[in-house]
Amino acid sequence: MNTIVKVEGLSKTYGETIAVDKISFEVFEREIFGMVGPNGAGKTTTIECLEGLRVPDQGRIRVLGVDPARESHVLRKRTGIQLQESNLPDRMKVWEALDLYASFYPKVIDWEQLLVQLGLEEKRNVPFRKLSGGQKQRLFIALALLPDPKLVFLDELTTGLDPRARHAIWDLVQGVRGRGKTVILTTHFMEEAERLCDRVVILDQGKIVALDTPSSLISNMGVEERVVFSLDGFMPPGLFEDLSGDIKVEVNGEQVVVRSRNGRNDPLVSDVVKQLCVNNISFRDLRTEQPNLEDVFLNLTGRTLEEVELE
Amino acid sequence: MKSLIKMIWMETKLFLREPVSAFFTLIFPVMMLSLFGTIYSSTSIPGKSAQMSLNASVPILMALIIGTTGLMSTTITMATYRENDILRRLQTTPVSSRCVLAAQVIVVFMMTSLGVLLLIIAGRLVYDVSLDGNPLSVLVGFTLASLSFFGIGFILAGTLPTARSAQVIGLVLLYPMVFLSGAAGFPRELLPETIQKVAAFLPLTYVVNLLQGLWFGEAWSQHVADVLILGAILVAGVLISNRTFRWE
Repeated sequence: MNTIVKVEGLSKTYGETIAVDKISFEVFEREIFGMVGPNGAGKTTTIECLEGLRVPDQGRIRVLGVDPARESHVLRKRTGIQLQESNLPDRMKVWEALDLYASFYPKVIDWEQLLVQLGLEEKRNVPFRKLSGGQKQRLFIALALLPDPKLVFLDELTTGLDPRARHAIWDLVQGVRGRGKTVILTTHFMEEAERLCDRVVILDQGKIVALDTPSSLISNMGVEERVVFSLDGFMPPGLFEDLSGDIKVEVNGEQVVVRSRNGRNDPLVSDVVKQLCVNNISFRDLRTEQPNLEDVFLNLTGRTLEEVELE
Repeated sequence: MKSLIKMIWMETKLFLREPVSAFFTLIFPVMMLSLFGTIYSSTSIPGKSAQMSLNASVPILMALIIGTTGLMSTTITMATYRENDILRRLQTTPVSSRCVLAAQVIVVFMMTSLGVLLLIIAGRLVYDVSLDGNPLSVLVGFTLASLSFFGIGFILAGTLPTARSAQVIGLVLLYPMVFLSGAAGFPRELLPETIQKVAAFLPLTYVVNLLQGLWFGEAWSQHVADVLILGAILVAGVLISNRTFRWE
C-alpha cells in the first residue's frame, strides 16, 4: 500500500491551549481514513494542517509527497476540501457556484451528475442563502468532489443532515473511494466512523488514543458483548455458568442481561439462545448489543462521548 | 484567465442582485440629476446660468458614485466575504488572491462606469448637458479617482475587524465627505470658511476638484495637487491592501 499522507510528531498550540499534541500517523492510498473524537479533540486542527490551511508548530507532514504548509499550491489542484465552516455569497445560485468553482481547476467532473447524486438537481436555481443546512452541506461536498481529486478532505461531513441524507452521503463517499480516491474525514459520530471508515484514529485532548480498523478496535479492546432478553418466569441459577468468556449475568426484574468480555469463538447470542432452548425456558424481546466505537472510546478514556461534550 | 472571467461575470451578477448597491450606483445619481434639473429650472446660482449649473452637477454626481462604490460596495463586499468564510472556501482552491482582488476591482470599476454612463446619457438626452473638456481627460481622471477610492475601500476592508464595522466606518466617512466636498450638489464656496478647511482633508474633495475641472476643459497642470493626492492614496491602497489581505 502506498502512503499518501505521513504525519510525524505534529503539534499545534493556540495560546495556552494545546490543540494537537505530538501525533503521528499514516494514511494509505484508496482508504477511507477517519478521525473521530469529541469536539475539541484536535480533529479539525489536524485536518487543516494536512490541507495546508494551518501551519503546525512542530512536526513533519507530507501530503501527496509535498509539505502542505510550504507547497499548498501543489495540493490545491490535487485535493478536494470540505471545510467545517464556510459559506458562499448569499445570492449565488447552486449551479453558479459549481460553474464558478469548476473554472478554478484544470480538469473537473460533470457537475450536473454530482447534483443528481447529491439530490440537489431541483435546487440548482436556488440562491445559497435559501438552502437548508443539509443542502448547503451537500453543495460543499459537491464542490470538494468537483475537481476529481486524488485526495478528498471532509471535515464533519454529515453534521446537520437527517439520517436518510447521511446514508446517501456514505454511499457517495464509498463510491469515491471505489474510483481509486483516498478520503480523510473527521466526524464525532462514532457510528459514521464505524460504518464508513477503513481505519480510524481516535483523538482525545489532542492525543491519539487508538488507531486501527473499527472492527479490530472493537474486538481487541476487550469490550463487552451483551445479550438482553425478558423472561416470563423465573431464571434457574447457573444457567450460563459454563459458557466461555468471562460471563456476567444481571437480572433486573424480568429483564436479563448477559455480558461477556470478547475473545470468544462464537457470538455470545448463539450460546445464550442455545442454553435457553435446551432448558426449555421461554423468553421474548431478545436483542444483542454489539460493542461499538462508543464503547471503545469509553473504555480508553473512561468517559462517554456525551460526558466529554458536556465538559 | 478562465477563472478571472468567470469570477468577473459572477461578481457582476451578484452586484446587480444586491438591490441597495445597484440602486445607489446606477439609479440614485440619475434621480439626483433630475432633482438638480428641477431646482435649476426655477432657481439659479448667482453668476451661473441654469445650464452651467446643471453641467457642473454631472462631475459632482460622478464623484458621488465613486465615493459610494469605493467606500460602500468594495468595503462591504470584501469584509463580508472574509467574515462569512467565503474567502476561506476560495482559499482551498487553486485560485489566487490576486485573481480574487482583481475580479473585485474590475467589477466595481465596471459598475461605477456603468453608473456614470447612465448619468451622462440621462444628462444628454433629458437636460442637454454638455461636456466642455476633453472626453479622454475626463475618462483618465475618472479612472484615477475610482481606483484611488477602491484603494481606500480595500484598506478599510483589510484593517477593520468585522463586516459590520467596515460598513459603519464606510458610511461615517462617506456622508460628511459627500456634503463637505461639494459632491452633494451645492457648491463648496457657499460653506463657512472653517468647514472649507475641513474639506481640504477629505479625499472626495480632490475628486470633485479634478473631475469638475476636467469636465470644463481645464488643463491637467491646474490640477497637479489633486492628481498627486489621489495618486498617493492609490499607491497606499495597493500597498496596504496587499499587506492586509487575509483569507480569514
